[in-house]
Amino acid sequence: MKKDIILCGVGGQGILSIATVIGEAATKAGLNLKQAEVHGMSQRGGDVQSNLRLSNEPIWSDLIPQGAADIIISMEPMEALRYVPYLHKGSQIITASKPFVNIPKYPEESVIKAELESFPNVSILDVEELAQKAGSARSTNMVLLGAAAKHMELLSIDQILNAVEVIFKAKGPEVVELNKKAVKLGYESQN
Amino acid sequence: MKKLLLGDEAIAQGAIDAGLSGVYAYPGTPSTEITEYIQNNAPAIRSRWCTNEKTAMEAALGMSYAGKRALVCMKHVGMNVCADAFVNSAITGVNGGLVVLAADDPSMHSSQNEQDSRFYAQFALIPVFEPSNQQQAYDMVQKAFDFSEKIGLPVLLRVVTRLAHSRAAVETGKSGSQNTLNPASDRGWVLLPAIAKRQYVKLIEKQPALQEASEATASCQTYGDSSKFLGIIACGIGYNYVMESVAAMGKSANCSVLRINQYPLPETAIKELAAKSSALLVVEDGQPIVEQSVKAYVNTDYKIYGRLNGVLPRTGELTPDSVASAMVNCGVSSDISSTLPSQVYETAQNLQPRPPQLCPGCGHRDVYAALNKVAAEYPTARIFGDIGCYTLGALPPFSALASCVDMGASITMAKGAADAGLFPAIAVIGDSTFTHSGMTGLLDAVNDKSNITVIISDNLTTAMTGGQQSAGTSKFEAICAGLGVEKEHLHVVVPLPANLPEIEKIIRKEIEYKGVSVIIPRRECMQTLKRHSKK
Repeated sequence: MKKDIILCGVGGQGILSIATVIGEAATKAGLNLKQAEVHGMSQRGGDVQSNLRLSNEPIWSDLIPQGAADIIISMEPMEALRYVPYLHKGSQIITASKPFVNIPKYPEESVIKAELESFPNVSILDVEELAQKAGSARSTNMVLLGAAAKHMELLSIDQILNAVEVIFKAKGPEVVELNKKAVKLGYESQN
Repeated sequence: MKKLLLGDEAIAQGAIDAGLSGVYAYPGTPSTEITEYIQNNAPAIRSRWCTNEKTAMEAALGMSYAGKRALVCMKHVGMNVCADAFVNSAITGVNGGLVVLAADDPSMHSSQNEQDSRFYAQFALIPVFEPSNQQQAYDMVQKAFDFSEKIGLPVLLRVVTRLAHSRAAVETGKSGSQNTLNPASDRGWVLLPAIAKRQYVKLIEKQPALQEASEATASCQTYGDSSKFLGIIACGIGYNYVMESVAAMGKSANCSVLRINQYPLPETAIKELAAKSSALLVVEDGQPIVEQSVKAYVNTDYKIYGRLNGVLPRTGELTPDSVASAMVNCGVSSDISSTLPSQVYETAQNLQPRPPQLCPGCGHRDVYAALNKVAAEYPTARIFGDIGCYTLGALPPFSALASCVDMGASITMAKGAADAGLFPAIAVIGDSTFTHSGMTGLLDAVNDKSNITVIISDNLTTAMTGGQQSAGTSKFEAICAGLGVEKEHLHVVVPLPANLPEIEKIIRKEIEYKGVSVIIPRRECMQTLKRHSKK
């Protein structure tokens, strides 16, 4: 079994932390993993993405072929749309609802929402609200991670929560708990 | 022990474990993380950032002369900067192992061109190691150092962005010990013509051994059971894309795959593959150097597919999709629709490009605000740009730059344009780029009393690549004065919105001065400021 995941957003939104947590969980679970990132100039407020591939079989390419991605996890609604050529019919889109407007010709929010909803499996989340409920407005990326965990199959929610603990341990027990709560709220949003 | 490592980090860990004594580098995407990893994980290894790739290459050669193992890291265009030292290091040969890491950037994710560093190695007549994956990258560094010492030549380790910046689990081994000090004592290092001629003959004589070593590493695997089918030459990371399709095609795949991870090319292995195949497909990321070379190994009517033939795109990086499509077009599988993934959805309709931009509050923003205001008063004004975050001044809302070519070219191009009569000719260069390659150009301009205005936008760091130390920090006034810039035409300002009127006044005045003026707007990078205030 394999799960090909596209993580995307705008430079600085914290998509690489999502990848780090999944990477930790996958390594501990003995899964194969490849994760291609973008560094350099695009990190300055431009669109950023990471290809994350999980499988219990060997993984060859670092990049996901078109039509093969199982999940898009996006911190921003228009950025989720950028990668739809990578989806297949059974794929899941999970995206934050709030637009990040730093370009002059940003489309109408309602138009983006309508196009997103034209895909079969879409979850558009108010991650800010859920993050605040968890007690930390900065944990929006962890809310998204939790929502994605529902569709990960190869990894259980407990494996993800354990990985959150490992990754954020150095920042103290309070940060660990806030992030775990954010992950749980995201997970529950998918019921 | 298994660790989740970027390709760059795997190389760094491999070098540490191979008994590295020093890493020499100038930051450049996608190579930067190698040196950073060594700095963070092996503080005993000499690893301070260098001023440019040439000083890095020469220092590494010096360490090799002294008998120790040295690594030089750079992005592909850095090879141009260090080319003099690089090419001659093949003539001197090495003493301690010397590995030159070039990280190529096909598709130009963060670069000005997609030159292929394998050409440099072919030109210099030295071996290239090119890993396909992170584990091989780790293992290969050790082998490259061993081979370098055995054969007495530097080894070029070539990676591309998608390996450098992709993570996978890597099984690491034990750390070896460093070489002891053991300086070379032969005359081969003194490249006087008489000696260089002898050294060059020695280098030529080593070539058969290099090829033999490549033959030993080339492995060929056949999939399917046709009698005569397509032969695929899969180089470096290209091998992964080929295998992605072979795995998806399963039993319907019919091809022989020759994996290439070392150069000069294994000519015998390629000729054997050609003899048993109906045609060849060359899959290589970067420029078609292998495809070109292979043509000389076969008859003119033998069919070779690749980037030159058009079955693969001539520009840009390889993708699993472009390689799958090439394999299908070359007839690798008869049953592709059920096996290979294919695009289901078209590109979305409500999509806008989101180019990178200068950070909110960045000092470069104030610099361009002031420059644009003053330049608007001169219809013929041109602003020559350079390489760094401030290149983004070329994009809206500033759209300020007339050029961006290579490290340091802002000052020298402004000089040349001023020589031709262009006025006002203004150069914008960052602090790190100025010490990398701008200082010598400024000296030319001073000596010629060129009519240019130079802005050294100093954010106290090498920002674009993530905030590495900048070689000239706190030395810029002294450097400029030392190069002969007149005191009254050398200014330091603080680029803040409140100071714009004053900065504009200075720019106006210095444009009118018929000679070289330097203005240094200085304010810390917002990214490093954020990090510093967290501590």
